[in-house]
Amino acid sequence: MAIGVAPTGLEPASAATTPEGGEAQAVGSIWKLIFDVFVQNRLAVLGVAIVVFMALFSFVGPFFYHTNQVNTNLNQVTLPPSLKHPLGTDDVGYDVLGRLMKGGQSSLEVGLAAALLASLLGTAWGAVAGYVGGWLDGLMMRVVDSILAIPPLLLILLLASIFVPTIPVVILVIAFISWLGCARLVRGDTLSLRVRDYVQAARASGSRSGRIVLRHIVPNVIGTIVVQTTFSVADSILLLAYLSYLGLGPPPPASNWGDMLSNGLNYLYDGYWWLIYPAGIAIVITVVAFNFIGDALRDSLEVRLQQR
Amino acid sequence: MTAYIIRRLIQAVIVVFGVTIIVFIILHLLPGGPARALLGPRATPQAIHQFIVQNGYNLPLPVQYGRYVWHLLQGNLGYSYHYNQTVNSLLAQDLPKSALLVGLSYIVALVIAVPLGILQAIRRNKPIDYTVTGAAFIGYSMPVFWLAFLLILGFAISFHLLPPEGPQGGTVGAVLQQPLGLVLPVATLAIVTVALFSRFMRSAAIENMVQDYVRTARAKGVSEFSVLFRHVLRNSLIPIITLIGLSLPATLSGAVVTESVFNYPGMGLLFWTSAQNKDFPVLLGFTVVVGAATVVGSLLADILYAVADPRVRYT
Repeated sequence: MAIGVAPTGLEPASAATTPEGGEAQAVGSIWKLIFDVFVQNRLAVLGVAIVVFMALFSFVGPFFYHTNQVNTNLNQVTLPPSLKHPLGTDDVGYDVLGRLMKGGQSSLEVGLAAALLASLLGTAWGAVAGYVGGWLDGLMMRVVDSILAIPPLLLILLLASIFVPTIPVVILVIAFISWLGCARLVRGDTLSLRVRDYVQAARASGSRSGRIVLRHIVPNVIGTIVVQTTFSVADSILLLAYLSYLGLGPPPPASNWGDMLSNGLNYLYDGYWWLIYPAGIAIVITVVAFNFIGDALRDSLEVRLQQR
Repeated sequence: MTAYIIRRLIQAVIVVFGVTIIVFIILHLLPGGPARALLGPRATPQAIHQFIVQNGYNLPLPVQYGRYVWHLLQGNLGYSYHYNQTVNSLLAQDLPKSALLVGLSYIVALVIAVPLGILQAIRRNKPIDYTVTGAAFIGYSMPVFWLAFLLILGFAISFHLLPPEGPQGGTVGAVLQQPLGLVLPVATLAIVTVALFSRFMRSAAIENMVQDYVRTARAKGVSEFSVLFRHVLRNSLIPIITLIGLSLPATLSGAVVTESVFNYPGMGLLFWTSAQNKDFPVLLGFTVVVGAATVVGSLLADILYAVADPRVRYT
C-alpha cells in the first residue's frame, strides 16, 4: 500500500476504503454494506420517504394544485377547511395548503443551503486545523470554542438584527452558527488520519499539504461530514423557524413554515386550528425525518469503522 | 489532575477572551459603525462626532479593544440609551429570574429523564422503549415556541388550569409568589431538555448494565433494585454532568424563546426586545456575560467530571 502510491499520478480510488494493512476487499463492498445496514433501519427508510414526499409536495405540488400566493384576498380570510380550500385560508386570504407548498420550498432550500455551506466551511476549517496542528490548530479551535460558547439563538438574533434578513443573508447567518460542530468532528478525524501510513507515504513521496488534505484526508472523513450535514439540515430548518417567530426572518412576500406557524399563533385564541397545526406538523415531521436519517447514517457508518 | 484543571482553566480564559473579540468585531460590523448604531438613526452628525471622540472610536482598533476589555474587567458592560439604564443594572434585574427558570427546568428535567432513561434501558427494544424514543425525537425536533403555544392551548385556553402568561414581577421573590405562572414556562423548557437527556441516559445505562461490576453484583446476590440504583444509576449519572455543561447554550437559547412566548421577565425576553429595538449595548453586553457564563459552566462540568470519575486519567 505504502509503496503503491505513485508520486505524481492519481492515487488508486480504493485508497479511501481499503482497510489499512488488512485483507483485500472488493472495492464498493463497503458502500454496499453501509447501504444494506441503512436500509435495514426502518426509521431511516421512513425518514427518506418523508423527505422525498416533502420535497415533491413543495416543489412539484404547485404544478398540480394551483393557488394564488401572490395577491391577498380579504373576501375570504380565515375560512375553515372546505372542498375548495382543503386546509382553509389564512388571515389575508391565502390558501393554506398552497402556502404550505410555497413555505416548504423556502424551508427546505434554506435548510439545505445553510447546512451545505456550514459543512463546507466546517470541513475546510477542521481539516486544516487538524492537519497543520500546532499553534494554528490551537488558535483555530479556540475560535470555534468561543463561537460555541455564545448560545446559538443569541448569536443569530444579534446577526439578524445587524443585517437586513433577506434569504441569502439568512442562509449565511444560519450557516455561520452551524459549522462549528462539523469543524470539531472533522478536526478530530483528521488528527487520527494524518498519522496513517498512506498519508505518511503521500507526504514522503512529495505531495503538497493541500493535495494530501483534499485527496487523502477529506475522502476519509466524508462519512462524518454527511452525517453532520444531515443533522445540520434539521437544525437549520428549526433555526429558520425561530428567526421567523422572533420577527427577524426573511420579510414578506417570502414565506416559510416557521413564518406561517408564528403568524398562525397570533390566532391561538380564535380556534383557527388550521393555521396552527399544518405548518407545525410539517416542520416537526421534516426535522424528525432528517434526524432519523442522520442517526441511521451514523449507525451504518459505525459498521464501516468496525470493518477497518 | 491539578495539571488538567490548570490547563482547562487557561483554555477557558482564552475562550472568554475569544468571546470578547467576537463581540468587539460585531460592534464594528454594526450598520454605520458603533456610534450610529448606539445613538440611533436620528443622531445628528455633531452628536456622532462627539460620541466617536468621547468614546475613543477614532483610536486604532487594538487600542479600542484594550479599552473595551479594560471596561469589561471593571464590570462596565455599557449603557442602554433605550432604557436609559446601565446594562449592568438591567442584567442584575433580569439574569436571576432567567437563572431561576433555567435551574428549575434542569431539576425537573433530571427528575424525569434519569428514571426514564433507566426504564428504557431495562425495557430495551420493547414497546415502551420505542414510545419514549419516538416521543424524545419529536420533542427534540419541535420548535420550542410551538410546544409552548400547544401547552398554553391545552392547559390555559381549553381547560383554564394554568395562566397562559409567566409570572410578572421585578425580582425573583415576586416571581416565586406566582408559582402557577411558572408551571408552563418551566414545563416547556423541561420537556425539550428531557428529550435530550433521556436518550443519553438510556445509552449510558445500557452501556453500564453489561459491565463486569454489574455481573459481579448480581452474582453476589444483590437485589435487582440495588443493582440498578446503586451501581448502574450512579455510574450513568457521570456523563450527565458533562451533558448539563454541554447543553447550556442550547437551553439558554430555549429560554429566549420560552420567555418571549410567556412574557416571562427574564434576560431572554429583554434580549429579544432589544434585538427588535436594535438596542445594541444590551445585546452585546448580554452576549459577553452569557458567553462567559457558558464557558464557566462547561469548565465546572469538566472539573466535576474529573472529580466524580476517578477512572478517567487526564494526561
